[in-house]
Amino acid sequence: MTKKRRKNRVSVGSKVFDTFNYILLGLIGLITILPFIHVLGSSFATSAEIADTTFLLFPTEFSLNAYRYIFSTDTIFKALGVSISVTIGGTIWSMFLSTLTAYGLSRRDLIGRRHINFLIVFTMLFNGGMIPTFLVVQQTGLLDSLLALIVPVSINAFNMIILRSFFLNLPQGLEESAKIDGANDFGILFRIVIPISLPAIATISLFYAVTYWNTYMHAILYLSDAGKWPVQVLLRQIVVLASGISYDGSSFTDVPPPEVTVKMATIVVATVPVLLVYPFLQKYFTKGALLGSVKG
Amino acid sequence: MANTVVTEANTKIPVDYKKKRRQELWRRTKKNKMLYLMILPGIIYFLIYKYLPMYGLIISFMDYKPYLGITGSEWVGFEHFRRLFSSPEFWSIFRNTLVLFALQIFVFFPIPIIISLMLNEVRHSFYKRGIQTLIYIPHFMSWVVIVSISFVMFTLDDGIINSMLEVFGFEKINFLMSSDWFRPMYILQVIWREAGWGTIIFLAAITAVDPQLYEAAKIDGATRLRQMWHITLPAIRSVIIVLLILKIGDVLELGFEHVYLLLNSSNREVAEIFDTYVYVAGIQQGQFSYSTAVGFFKGAVGLVMVIFANKLAKLFDEEGIY
Repeated sequence: MTKKRRKNRVSVGSKVFDTFNYILLGLIGLITILPFIHVLGSSFATSAEIADTTFLLFPTEFSLNAYRYIFSTDTIFKALGVSISVTIGGTIWSMFLSTLTAYGLSRRDLIGRRHINFLIVFTMLFNGGMIPTFLVVQQTGLLDSLLALIVPVSINAFNMIILRSFFLNLPQGLEESAKIDGANDFGILFRIVIPISLPAIATISLFYAVTYWNTYMHAILYLSDAGKWPVQVLLRQIVVLASGISYDGSSFTDVPPPEVTVKMATIVVATVPVLLVYPFLQKYFTKGALLGSVKG
Repeated sequence: MANTVVTEANTKIPVDYKKKRRQELWRRTKKNKMLYLMILPGIIYFLIYKYLPMYGLIISFMDYKPYLGITGSEWVGFEHFRRLFSSPEFWSIFRNTLVLFALQIFVFFPIPIIISLMLNEVRHSFYKRGIQTLIYIPHFMSWVVIVSISFVMFTLDDGIINSMLEVFGFEKINFLMSSDWFRPMYILQVIWREAGWGTIIFLAAITAVDPQLYEAAKIDGATRLRQMWHITLPAIRSVIIVLLILKIGDVLELGFEHVYLLLNSSNREVAEIFDTYVYVAGIQQGQFSYSTAVGFFKGAVGLVMVIFANKLAKLFDEEGIY
């Protein structure tokens, strides 16, 4: 009933506006997603069809050759192994440290929390930069170890602040009643605060996991041993350098110049894990990202 | 019990009680030793990997030799900075950095706001959510993936874009190895990756707008566009300003990874920015002190810009970020 009445009131101008708006947004959505579909489709096509100018989205001849090719050597398995272990290990480590720090700093009775908080926020505004950080990583003995991808980025200040705001907004009575029941601070955190903060924990875990999966810069900075390269570095070798568009002259000698379908398949392999977790966690991260916006 | 302690400390205490108050603070500090233990690992992390590198900036005033270390290397004062400012390369890098920054502010920044305003006008929530789901995705892709996708699509021989240009009777364009196309490619990729994600915060701010305002505007005969302009946009003004400050603070953080991946010998004159220059001069050529000076300059400019932008926000009666 109310819907009908509203409809009657809608003016022509408003209708034109709506139509235009819906179409434009649809186009934006399409432009976002089409490149992925193009890459996915191409990875299952035959090279002959790619060479054909009419190829757009879906191959007429389905082929797994590209995947068979990239999985025929152990290069990709090694890289995936590195990426998976860094992602899992790194996410757990980062969440552990971030949660402890965020919870401690969220407690209003902690003296000095404002100062400590400022010191952490300051690292978002200013940092030592690439070379001094490199020297510290070197001096802490992490060069050429997978730990170099994790330890120097243990806590992301922004993620920590999001968690802290979430904890700050929890009802304070919870802690007090737990204290009366004899729980200590660690007990309160692990038995009460974390279980009721799962949406925030899930969001931040996703953020960390994505960052670790996407790690590239730290790998090229800190790892010279090609056997320890994560999948993103491998992808760059296969797609960017093999296009002959190199800058620093490094080359990828294990594999001959790959065909287009192989490049496409490698992109898919480097992307799929993120796409797989995305639908499960989507409902959380919009909430989580909002929390970040109300930080104090 | 704990409650009374907190309130006591927070209320104003006469001067005579100052000493007592200090004792009280100390008692509370001791009481919370477990909390300090909890934040200790985090603090140690920030000290080692964030503050120690800041101390390491002093090597930009030294002739740093790795085998001599910071204590053994020789001081050279501002020599590296002098060399930096007098090199023509520096000014070209400075210009490139500023151009990319300007593209970020003037081309990229308004786009999430516009998309948010458009999404806000969508009445079918399934359509709205569907579009949102799609446009958030690229944010989760690495720059390597995004640059790789653009490489396979824009490549000269068999990329789909050039194939289409050919089909429609245009000349093929070497997008990837041209200094004219570097900047458009750069900003298009930034927009494609971040524009959707950027809407989250604006959409949240929009939901806080009082619906009565729209009703009143409708009665006054405002069209949908006028409602957007006079109600929605002013309502999210402070969010826009805060984000703009953050963006300005990031002035020189244009993304090492992104630019480094796009960089090649043919677009270098427009693509080389501070970050990539630091990487090449420092890590690849081993000029630690000189490249630290470059990074220091960049960081200092960034910090000054945040402070400046924040002041400006306060001047306009907005809250700022600190």
